[in-house]
Amino acid sequence: MCLAVPGKVVSIDHQADPLTGLIDFGGVRKQACLEYLPDVRVGEYVIVHVGFALQRLDEESARASLELFDQLGLLEEEFGDAWEQAARQENETESEVR
Amino acid sequence: MKYVEEFNDPARARRLLDEIRAAVTRPWALMEVCGGQTHSIIRHGIDQLLPEEVELIHGPGCPVCVTPLDVIDKAMDIAARPEVVFCSFGDMLRVPGTDRDLFRVKGEGGDVRVVYSPLDALELARENPDRQVVFFAIGFETTAPANAMAVHQARRLGLGNFSLLVSHVRVPPAMQAIMTAPSCRVQGFLAAGHVCSVMGTAEYPDLAEKYRVPVVVTGFEPLDILEGIRRAVHQLERGEHRVENAYPRAVREQGNPAALAMIEEVFEVTDRNWRGIGRIPASGWRLTDAFRAYDAEHRFDVSGIRTEEPAVCRAGEVLQGLIKPTECEAFGAACTPRTPLGATMVSSEGACAAYYLYRRMNAPAPQGSRIPREEMNPVG
Repeated sequence: MCLAVPGKVVSIDHQADPLTGLIDFGGVRKQACLEYLPDVRVGEYVIVHVGFALQRLDEESARASLELFDQLGLLEEEFGDAWEQAARQENETESEVR
Repeated sequence: MKYVEEFNDPARARRLLDEIRAAVTRPWALMEVCGGQTHSIIRHGIDQLLPEEVELIHGPGCPVCVTPLDVIDKAMDIAARPEVVFCSFGDMLRVPGTDRDLFRVKGEGGDVRVVYSPLDALELARENPDRQVVFFAIGFETTAPANAMAVHQARRLGLGNFSLLVSHVRVPPAMQAIMTAPSCRVQGFLAAGHVCSVMGTAEYPDLAEKYRVPVVVTGFEPLDILEGIRRAVHQLERGEHRVENAYPRAVREQGNPAALAMIEEVFEVTDRNWRGIGRIPASGWRLTDAFRAYDAEHRFDVSGIRTEEPAVCRAGEVLQGLIKPTECEAFGAACTPRTPLGATMVSSEGACAAYYLYRRMNAPAPQGSRIPREEMNPVG
């Protein structure tokens, strides 16, 4: 729940209130609120938590983190279908967990 | 994943482990505060790779897990009402209330929606002016700026059909409560990195000084955690107790000033009950008077709901680091992700869930929590 995923700012909608931008998380693109980093620029990397950019991040560590998150399935956990995940949890049998 | 080769940079992992091994001369107990860190530790077997002198005690940093049972029951009560669209983070769906969870409420016809961001809930309120849209605003300091923005925008837009069921918690008072417990074994903290991305590090020097514990701000990836441990062990071996930032790529000393200003405007500090732990003074946030009209507890008059924890669940002891999940008699037997007794078994940051997912082969540990050294996987 405190996971914050690094992403690249692809575009910024300066008309939006609150300030909003399109963020690329290693291929998955989502809108995020940029109000807490008002001077962020297109091309910069940020860490995003529940749709809010909270801090800037350098490109090298952002890419390394994204690669790791992808490998561990954390991107699926963060952006995937929570109902499916909950249903899986409820229906899982001993042998399916692992 | 317990072999150091599986880290994203095995050479660096090995170097950090060597440095920790070289530094340590006696037993130390460190608490990682955040549940995300706990999952990373168990998933990557970091506790098993460390020298046996270094013990990791899992902390209470799982917001879903510490949300009190009566608040969960209030959520069920509100979510089941026909006029309500109840919005929550996905992590909350399977958290057991007294007799059901949100997943079940939806199955019984409740309009329960999972949102990625609280602003998505706000959007639902705009689109459905004839429905009451309630957002379940839980979380630590990391999530507070997002939830604060949602209610701030609701007021700006005059959205009278939007409200928050607030159960926000703050980390430093919980760390203090842990240090004052008579049974406390914690000698150093790995502080929660993303909490500090928002809050900065200003709250920790007093804590480090008062309890003479190193507080090392630590990230979530395996190498971040090893680096945090390395720094904490170095301080302990030298008899130091300072605040250190081992996660500077995402944490600035002053935190995020714009986010802090928004929290200040929308929330005020309050005492809060932590599920399984009890009341911790000044450990939560509630809406200020200016935003009281957006408080779902008042709007739906559920403040009367009071409930007791099931006695068999020892999640409270797990959350305080007093026992490891495998020491609970119910672990893996009466309590599984399918039939959870406590939230720690179903939250993606719950310690019981981490042990169930990654350590079930070793469970239950009959005595103590440490896995015998001979069962450890070789390093390098």
